[in-house]
Amino acid sequence: MIYFSNTKILSILLVIFIALMFAVPNFFSKDQLNSFPSFIPKQQVNLGLDLQGGSHLLLEVDTVEIIKERLENLNSDVRRVLKKNNIQYSNFKNTEDNLKFVVEEFPAEIQKEILEISVSNSQNILQMGDQTNLVITRDENQVFISFTDEFIKLAVSNAVAQSLEIVRRRIDELGTREPSIQRQGSSRIIIQLPGIDDPDRIKALLGQTAKLTFQLVDTSTNYDPLNPKKAPVGSEILPSDTDNSFKYIVKKRVMVGGENLVDAQPGFDPQTNEPIVSFRFDRLGASKFGRVTQQNVGKPFAIILDDTVISAPVIREAILGGSGQISGGFDSEEANDLAILLRAGALPAPLIILEERSVGPDLGADSIEAGQYAAIIGFVAVIIFMMFIYRYFGFLADIALIINLFMVLGILSLFQATLTLPGIAGIILTIGMAVDANVLIFERVKEEIRSGSKMINAVENGYKRALSTILDANITTLIAAVILFFMASGPVRGFSITLAIGIFTSVFTAFTFTRLLISIYAKSLKPSLVGMKIND
Amino acid sequence: MIDIANTKINFLKSRIITFIFSSILVVLSFGAFFVSGLNFGIDFKGGTLIEIETENEIEIAGLRDNLNTLSLGDVQVQEFGSKNNLLIRVEQQSGGDQIQQNVVEIVKNSLDSYLSSEVNFRRTEVVGPKVSGELIQSGAIAILAAVFAMLIYIWFRFEWQFSLGAVVALIHDVILTIGVFSITQLEFNLPIIAAILTIVGYSMNDTVVVYDRVRENLRKHRSKNIIDLLNLSINETLSRTIVTSVTTLLALLSLFIFGGEVIKGFTFAMIWGVVVGTYSSIFVAAPLLNYLDVKREWNTTSAVDSTR
Repeated sequence: MIYFSNTKILSILLVIFIALMFAVPNFFSKDQLNSFPSFIPKQQVNLGLDLQGGSHLLLEVDTVEIIKERLENLNSDVRRVLKKNNIQYSNFKNTEDNLKFVVEEFPAEIQKEILEISVSNSQNILQMGDQTNLVITRDENQVFISFTDEFIKLAVSNAVAQSLEIVRRRIDELGTREPSIQRQGSSRIIIQLPGIDDPDRIKALLGQTAKLTFQLVDTSTNYDPLNPKKAPVGSEILPSDTDNSFKYIVKKRVMVGGENLVDAQPGFDPQTNEPIVSFRFDRLGASKFGRVTQQNVGKPFAIILDDTVISAPVIREAILGGSGQISGGFDSEEANDLAILLRAGALPAPLIILEERSVGPDLGADSIEAGQYAAIIGFVAVIIFMMFIYRYFGFLADIALIINLFMVLGILSLFQATLTLPGIAGIILTIGMAVDANVLIFERVKEEIRSGSKMINAVENGYKRALSTILDANITTLIAAVILFFMASGPVRGFSITLAIGIFTSVFTAFTFTRLLISIYAKSLKPSLVGMKIND
Repeated sequence: MIDIANTKINFLKSRIITFIFSSILVVLSFGAFFVSGLNFGIDFKGGTLIEIETENEIEIAGLRDNLNTLSLGDVQVQEFGSKNNLLIRVEQQSGGDQIQQNVVEIVKNSLDSYLSSEVNFRRTEVVGPKVSGELIQSGAIAILAAVFAMLIYIWFRFEWQFSLGAVVALIHDVILTIGVFSITQLEFNLPIIAAILTIVGYSMNDTVVVYDRVRENLRKHRSKNIIDLLNLSINETLSRTIVTSVTTLLALLSLFIFGGEVIKGFTFAMIWGVVVGTYSSIFVAAPLLNYLDVKREWNTTSAVDSTR
């Protein structure tokens, strides 16, 4: 056990050397690193948001809303089929997960025609091969129409993917530093924003779906804009953005929507000097917009953002150029944000903020400082204690401990794992626990010597006997660390990472490096001096 | 120099007393848990936490009264480490996840107008009802999973008697930790779960070392009476147990004193866990083997054992 071949010695030293090389960059500033030769690694430990300051947001795509909206689209299609075939129906209702109505008769071919809506009409509903997405169930005269589970899964999955993309675009537009935007689970998005400790503006940007539509104002009825009673069929009542008590009745049919925009820029109206957002349609949008404005000269149309009317100008002449501007009493920052939202596109469903954790740069810096301080003091205390108890062997264990710390740092840098405040705590805990493997061995060696073994044999047997104990003892802590890793996220996960790395490095150093040192020591002893200084 | 080698302490002599002592602590823990419960932090309760720093000292009572007029429900204000650092906690608002988001803005505006000096917002945390519910659930599952994994591992490596003894000691440690948080009403949040999991690992680590020696001695001294054998095993591993506990405590104490306010609760839990875990390895896990009828014939399965 204590005889090492040269290759073995070399490979132990090599592993330690590589780990040290990766640890070294953490002791220099970025500028200093850049002046180093290229073969030296330059990756530093990746600091978590709790140490470098920043904001963590957990969002959820409102999946109920996605299905609700699709059911609303389905509503008119189903009614159309029923009317076309002269089917008498009553109590037609949308619920959160189905459409329901009552019919006297419901022939099979009509059912088939309804089922095929989802196949033929791909505009409203997502296409899924040539299979229907709908399920019709009946309870006597009551009919329920809902989407198939596969369809709901796909619709949600698409909506989340699309949301992810749009969230990314919106955040990129703001020019934040190295944001990380990731999907979590089936309907959640995690956003990490280093350096941002007040995410109010980002939250405001993400809080809007930014669905822009152009719809005609319904001028067929006279109504009191402060207290409209009921909208005619095919129209809806929407509030004004500038004055909440003022309502508009607008036609539900959308002239053009935000998806036809190709550009939006903030600016100022040259005449009034009011902040505006100017936009441009794509070809399809321009021609649609041109046609509708041509047919409705003299009538007002509404520019609607997220179900509120931003403004409702009167069409003076056909707008054929495919560009226009929105003004609506916003300031220049609001105009800027609106332009960002329009460029990035609308979210398919609202996002709900489930969790926010923001740390200012001061607290992060304080935490790093406190962590370093605690690590150094804990380290010195352990080193002194070990030398006090085990003298020369304690000194060897202390060298191993130093190597250990460098290895933890090196592995963190190499794999770009995130170091958090609990992660620092994990390293400090490692300082305390890393000596355990060596302690187990030393105690064994002492026992062997006490029972009369020679030094070399004592070391040999001590290592042999301690092996299974060390493995058993460390595997239990490792199990706890692994469970923690899978259960936790964010800072706490950082703790499980450093704890696990610490377990590996301490077992590794005890079985290679300290053993090497001890074997060199044991072999250097003259036969007459054999027998460690122990206090029996 | 302290001599902790070759001790011959009769640990099992007072086993009835230590069992009663442990049982009282467990009962006390349960009592505290059911009477006062845990003081859940926002991770598990939901709500808003804001840490601020100001140039001048702030009169907490006045600020608290001011914030309690915002009709956000219960608002707690407490000193955090120094007189210029305050922690503001706002309870969870009824009405779902979206509503929680407004709290930060309302409190920030109110602070800016109430306090004359510049306010530095060091930390803001908002946890909605959905996430807090999930966190409490996954925390509980993680602890149970860890205990279960240990049970299986020890069973696999030793025998069921050892596995049972170790897990009883483990549950003892977890209950006492939850008990101390119920009694002190220290905030119980996500990092405390991490600490408990580490305690589970550490306590097991200690127990395994003692058990390993018990197993070895069962092979070595086949005719020795079990109480003497357990005493011998504890004594033989005692110096290791003490040295490792001391080094771990040295590191943790340093973290507790110098590591800053944010992880104080976390460190406290671990210090407690190391003390309790060490105690339970010696006074709970090992003596329990006396009652669990451990197998004496270890050599029947493998005639020549590798350790000799």
